[in-house]
Amino acid sequence: MFNVNEILETINMISEENLDIRTITMGISLRDCASDSSKITGQKIYDKIVRKAHNLVKTGEDIERDFGIPIINKRISVTPIAIVAESSDEENYAVFARVLDDAAKAVGVNFIGGFSSLVHKGYTKGDRLLIKAIPEALSETERVCASVNVATTKAGINMDAVKEMGYIIKECAERTKDKGAVACSKLVVFSNVPEDNPFMAGAFHGIGEPECVINVGVSGPGVVAHALNKLDGADLGTVAETIKKTAFKITRMGQLVAQEASNRLKVPFGIVDLSLAPTPAVGDSVARILEAMGLEKCGAHGTTAALALLNDAVKKGGVMASSYVGGLSGAFIPVSEDAGMIEAVMSGALSIEKLEAMTCVCSVGLDMIAIPGDTPASAISAIIADEAAIGMVNSKTTAVRIIPVPGMKEGDVVEYGGLFGRAPIMSVNPFSSENFINRGGRIPAPLQSLKN
Amino acid sequence: MKAVITVIGCDKIGIIASITGVLAKANVNILDISQTIMQNIFSMIMLVDVSNMSCEFSELSDQLKRAGEELGVDIRFQREEIFTSMHRI
Repeated sequence: MFNVNEILETINMISEENLDIRTITMGISLRDCASDSSKITGQKIYDKIVRKAHNLVKTGEDIERDFGIPIINKRISVTPIAIVAESSDEENYAVFARVLDDAAKAVGVNFIGGFSSLVHKGYTKGDRLLIKAIPEALSETERVCASVNVATTKAGINMDAVKEMGYIIKECAERTKDKGAVACSKLVVFSNVPEDNPFMAGAFHGIGEPECVINVGVSGPGVVAHALNKLDGADLGTVAETIKKTAFKITRMGQLVAQEASNRLKVPFGIVDLSLAPTPAVGDSVARILEAMGLEKCGAHGTTAALALLNDAVKKGGVMASSYVGGLSGAFIPVSEDAGMIEAVMSGALSIEKLEAMTCVCSVGLDMIAIPGDTPASAISAIIADEAAIGMVNSKTTAVRIIPVPGMKEGDVVEYGGLFGRAPIMSVNPFSSENFINRGGRIPAPLQSLKN
Repeated sequence: MKAVITVIGCDKIGIIASITGVLAKANVNILDISQTIMQNIFSMIMLVDVSNMSCEFSELSDQLKRAGEELGVDIRFQREEIFTSMHRI
């Protein structure tokens, strides 16, 4: 027997509160595509992606229709290209980015992640070539996403890589200056990067992953905000309890879709990522959840505490709803993709410094933040270093996806449209970090005891 | 396999007749119907068995959508699991 209220609740979540499956991401190992010839490597990469993923988009659309739940993105993540390309004679890895882009277009996915490199302790030849190729790769392809892991809790922070990434980000911005430096929105610099993350731009298929896998990312900030709006004056224990229950329901959708996709595609189910991922759509905002808890604007004192409660309750509710949880699993706080965050920045309530504090208690990091185009590379490196240090010390993932928009200054707004939204240019501390960044070297791994 | 049909919209004559007609043609058995009218908003939920359905799920979904458009109501046709997985452990 069915319950009318339950059915109407589910329908309402989907039609009124923007509940959706944010992404079905197919992870594909490209480890068997390495060869000593650039041409053969490229061909093997293209063939394997098309062979494994030719049915991905159609299957996603079928599930969407059968269950009546929107699945916004179908995507692919692959083995970090630095590893796959390393044996080849190719000197310019942008060639492989074009192969990925062509494969993504052939199977109809909107993004493909894995133009990536893991350099937390140091570079290999392939890492060096890959990072060098990032600006060309991201400016001359449409769907390829890149990521670089510069730190882990066990290895410390590779400050040489941090320094280089400052220049790479600036070059990405310069090469796409007529499009609001859009290449930077496809590049993430990580600390403690997860190997099974389904969300772009930081997704790649880790080396411990199987041949092919289905990972699913759920969404639903609007559903949580709506549930909290009904709790006028309730104490924070009740707020946490309500978020847990809501997160459970949202995640069950993810689990159902992940299992269904896995069965239909005959590919093993990897994980459900429990993140709350906002979109620029009205009512699909993480900032609005924090405001529903009683903050006048996101960024006000108390925001970090509210976010800590939210992030923890989402995980507690979600963990029980899914058999395997992984990826980033936490509330995202991208500025340009969240209508409430944009408003908070524009009203002066939210600064980079406050966002940095917020990243201590949630996933993922300084995300989709536009800064003035004349910000020096060393300041960008220093922002990355700060964020990497937070991740390293707290044994969590942190990341930086920052956009120095050429020709723009504080107070301007850069428009991207679609899921990337619009970003107000935020002010950066004007004092120099140049000498600190120029030292290079490695910051040693932190002590894991004597925690204070 | 079971599915849930929900109809939401303004009440008028012939909503159930029209929908059950589509279902009968597709050889879909109705297991349960629940209907309420609140402030002139008609809502009906129908649990149906689609295991012996004579057409594809997507085809019936399109036919119901068209029937809904003619009646001026919003019709959804969804596999039952989406509701059971969300609300039942």
